Amino acid sequence: MSIQRRDFLKALGAAGFGTVAALPGCATTGGGAGGKVVVIGGGYGGATAAKYIRMWSDGGVDVTVVEPSPEFISCPLSNLVIGGSKQIGDVTVSYDNLPKRHGVKILRDTATSVDPEKRTVKLASGQELAYDRLILSPGIDFMWDKVPSLNNADAQGKILHAWKAGAQTVALRNQLVAMPDGGVYAISIPVAPYRCPPGPYERACQVAWYFKRAKPKSKVLILDGNGDVTSKGPLFKKAWAEEYKGIVEYRPNHVLTDVDVATRTAKFEVQDSVKADVLNILPPQRAGAIARSAGVVTANDRWCDVDFLTFESVKVKNVHILGDAIQIATGMPKSGHMANQHAKVCAAAVIALLSGQAPNPTPVLSNTCYSFITDREVVHVCSVHQYDKEKKTLLPVAGAGGVSPAANELEGGYAFSWAQNIWADTLA
Amino acid sequence: MRTIPLVLAAAVAALGAAYANAQGSDPNLGRNLAATCANCHGTNGVSVGAVESLAGKPKEEIVRKMQDYKKGTKPATVMTQLAKGYTDEQIELVAAWFAAQKAK
Repeated sequence: MSIQRRDFLKALGAAGFGTVAALPGCATTGGGAGGKVVVIGGGYGGATAAKYIRMWSDGGVDVTVVEPSPEFISCPLSNLVIGGSKQIGDVTVSYDNLPKRHGVKILRDTATSVDPEKRTVKLASGQELAYDRLILSPGIDFMWDKVPSLNNADAQGKILHAWKAGAQTVALRNQLVAMPDGGVYAISIPVAPYRCPPGPYERACQVAWYFKRAKPKSKVLILDGNGDVTSKGPLFKKAWAEEYKGIVEYRPNHVLTDVDVATRTAKFEVQDSVKADVLNILPPQRAGAIARSAGVVTANDRWCDVDFLTFESVKVKNVHILGDAIQIATGMPKSGHMANQHAKVCAAAVIALLSGQAPNPTPVLSNTCYSFITDREVVHVCSVHQYDKEKKTLLPVAGAGGVSPAANELEGGYAFSWAQNIWADTLA
Repeated sequence: MRTIPLVLAAAVAALGAAYANAQGSDPNLGRNLAATCANCHGTNGVSVGAVESLAGKPKEEIVRKMQDYKKGTKPATVMTQLAKGYTDEQIELVAAWFAAQKAK
């Protein structure tokens, strides 16, 4: 937009002709927003925010993404790689379209510190980036101090989490392939909240699917730190009782205290220790470390409280946080789908704020999460979240949302279609 | 580059609409709401998967389907549950926005 036009629009607004943004030509764009946005993290939250800020500002806002990984590897669907019905390449997507189609700048680097006063980010390479608005989508870090024997790289290479898709996903698959028939795979689940509530139970199903076909004398043990299955409980329990009868055993109230790496033994607060042939530990989690540097970790020393109109930190100005790193609102899962939805509310708000306008006062989020019971049968959970002006938070709409009546193949098809569309919506 | 006379002409023509819409309401509401559908139906309603595209579908068709899902008279897996989360006004906004998008 030319300066003359901007001034003209201001004058028009001041003259009382209604909101300037309601004018045609601005109605589907950012209304001439400019400025510099730095996004840390190119996952479901960060990549979506970068794309939508460029798209909705008509390229007016300069966006740089800092992401160390050369490619995007999806956590959703990665349990199918562990079960063996998909390969890691099937859940890997290039970052190329973000610069090519949207003019997003991508730096393959790691953010090491944030100075919110000077509004700068330092990178591992030594480069410094200035921002008008900073978007942190750092995902999770593991709290290794809660599993002391795993607090070193050597142990972490033997007892895997595979809770960040990539090399660990492939390594866990390899451990299962190498395990002799008659062995035990055990998965330890931390007390909620953690990334992807139904994910551990889906993983148990996928490992059982593999065992049922390739290693029928083997067992899957679910050692849950929670008192019950945290998501889609009746649907998963039905699968374990029927499809995977005699393979899967569920044990609640198993709060992990440590492991013995050499003997692959999990130790618990109250319950007896469990030795496994393949031990899969999901440690307790918190917002990625860069959030700490930015000073936005405000909840329980773990998560970041945000203003749900903008996803701006409640504590640090001009810093927005998306995805698994935030202190969730009631009924809001830490999911990739949700991170993508956070990102769009944030993108619209950042463009508005950079243009000196108020953010949308009525944001809405939806969530749809598919879990694979077999290689093609799926169950879903979904919800819609509307902003409550009085409570100043996003709340699930009562009477909306729900789960599948039973696992089914129709939704298996929808789940693969969902993956294609959300990967494109985030990255293409 | 757009010039002032062009904008002025457009602005004058749109003043009535702008006034009607001037209760602080955001002209991007439809766009923002439609973005909640994009994860399954594609960016701007253009699906790259098996789930149907919404871009360029007639507004009345989208509203009717959403209302049928909401009432439960049209069977579905997730849509009967998700449609109940949107107000009638939001459904109108979403449908109008998708109808105005280019189908690809």
